[in-house]
Amino acid sequence: MSLKLTIPTALRKITGNADVVEVQSGTVQEIIEQLDRSYSGFLSRVCEDDGKLRRFINIYVNGEDIRFLENLSTRVPEGSELSIILAIAGG
Amino acid sequence: MSFVTGLKCRECGQTYPKQPLAGCEHCFAPLEVEYDYEGISRVLSHDTIAVRPKTLWRFRELLPLDEDPVVGLASGSTPLVRAHRLGRALGLNELYLKNDSVNSPTLSFKDRVTAVAVNKALEFKLNAVGCASTGNLANSVAANAAAAGLPAYILIPDNLERNKITATSVYGAKVIAVKGNYDEVNRLCTELSERYPWGFVNVNLRPFYGEGSKTFGYEIAEQLGWRAPTAVVVPMAGGSLITKINKGFKELERLGLLKNEVRTRLFGAQAAGCNPIAAAVKRGSSDIQPVKPSTIAKSLAIGNPADGYHAARLIAGSGGWAEDVTDEEILAGITLLAKAEGVFTETAGGVTVAVTKKLVQQGRIQPDDLTVIAITGNGLKTTEALNVEQPISIEPKVAHFEAAISGLAARA
Repeated sequence: MSLKLTIPTALRKITGNADVVEVQSGTVQEIIEQLDRSYSGFLSRVCEDDGKLRRFINIYVNGEDIRFLENLSTRVPEGSELSIILAIAGG
Repeated sequence: MSFVTGLKCRECGQTYPKQPLAGCEHCFAPLEVEYDYEGISRVLSHDTIAVRPKTLWRFRELLPLDEDPVVGLASGSTPLVRAHRLGRALGLNELYLKNDSVNSPTLSFKDRVTAVAVNKALEFKLNAVGCASTGNLANSVAANAAAAGLPAYILIPDNLERNKITATSVYGAKVIAVKGNYDEVNRLCTELSERYPWGFVNVNLRPFYGEGSKTFGYEIAEQLGWRAPTAVVVPMAGGSLITKINKGFKELERLGLLKNEVRTRLFGAQAAGCNPIAAAVKRGSSDIQPVKPSTIAKSLAIGNPADGYHAARLIAGSGGWAEDVTDEEILAGITLLAKAEGVFTETAGGVTVAVTKKLVQQGRIQPDDLTVIAITGNGLKTTEALNVEQPISIEPKVAHFEAAISGLAARA
């Protein structure tokens, strides 16, 4: 029941330089909590103190921004591509 | 000689030495270039600026280059035009157009940002440049990269206007059309920037790149006799330009180069089919809800704007507002500007004109407000957006001409 998550360079210090990590399927929220157990401090890098996703981070499930889905409650099925991408480019 | 002291996170204040870097490594927010303003104030004055050539390099101490620029040497110093006829049509007594549709080398305000970014790529000894673009940036990166002798990798949405593609490919740039909207192109470009050691002008060179847009503000102030206007109306895609125009005014004020206090109200213009920043402002919020763009103003079709939050906050804080207009209003805006002032702008300019009209009707811009509207791109790039009538075809005979003219008169 696993899927692949792409980690941006800015977060790779936490993941021991891994650019792709395998996680168990679940909601985006559950996956972030899962990662926080494997990589201590992951949650606080990605989310604000109130639990909301940080303003300048976007998360995509199979290429779709989770803000068009159900935000952190979006279910990520097995085999999906999940990516965390910084939101400060373009324009 | 450079007055840049480093990069600083706009949100958490973390500082970094100057380097190609997209955002803060701590909180991921955008970075601002920091300057030694005291040092700048010792060398930059109205007199030193006045004798320099008419290009954006008049303000070079306020731009983040360490060495002399080698490309984009003729960019900037575009006309500020007093728009009497458009002003009458809109109900504004003191209206000006800042006309970047005639910028050099590629007829849009993006020539300002690439003038900085491509030179910065050379300084950082990066061996290629790239970008995600809705067209104008593609043109400008491709042209300046060619002039710099650098390869350019340009990613665009696959529905772009034909002339914008032609005016990119001609320079020898490697153009990749991505199946998707700009936000998808931009996401891909961000991912590529982590794999290729290139200068992606609006990713890892973005802190420097954005500084070029400040010159739009410096020039407005200089051309108004070193005064900041009462109101500016600026088209918004990623939201950067409006924030940098404001930064430009504030910097001139800080350096003692303005005769008035900066109390410019910032007005943002978007298309109704892609209005994430305007929608946030109208909600009284700076939280951007992304949208899926659907508008003829393709150069503004960014549904997930990187500087949306910052732009929305600045607009609200300035006492300004943001509005959006339909495709029909955009086309009417293009033709109104063309017929009133003889300036042919692209769809983004139509957005700006149409939004200005709306803001005057709403009473948000008053008739006596000294107002500058930002015309950022050239109409020849988006001709397919307009449905113009074919000319009447006649035999080369006076009688045929007269018949044709009376026919036209009857239609008018």
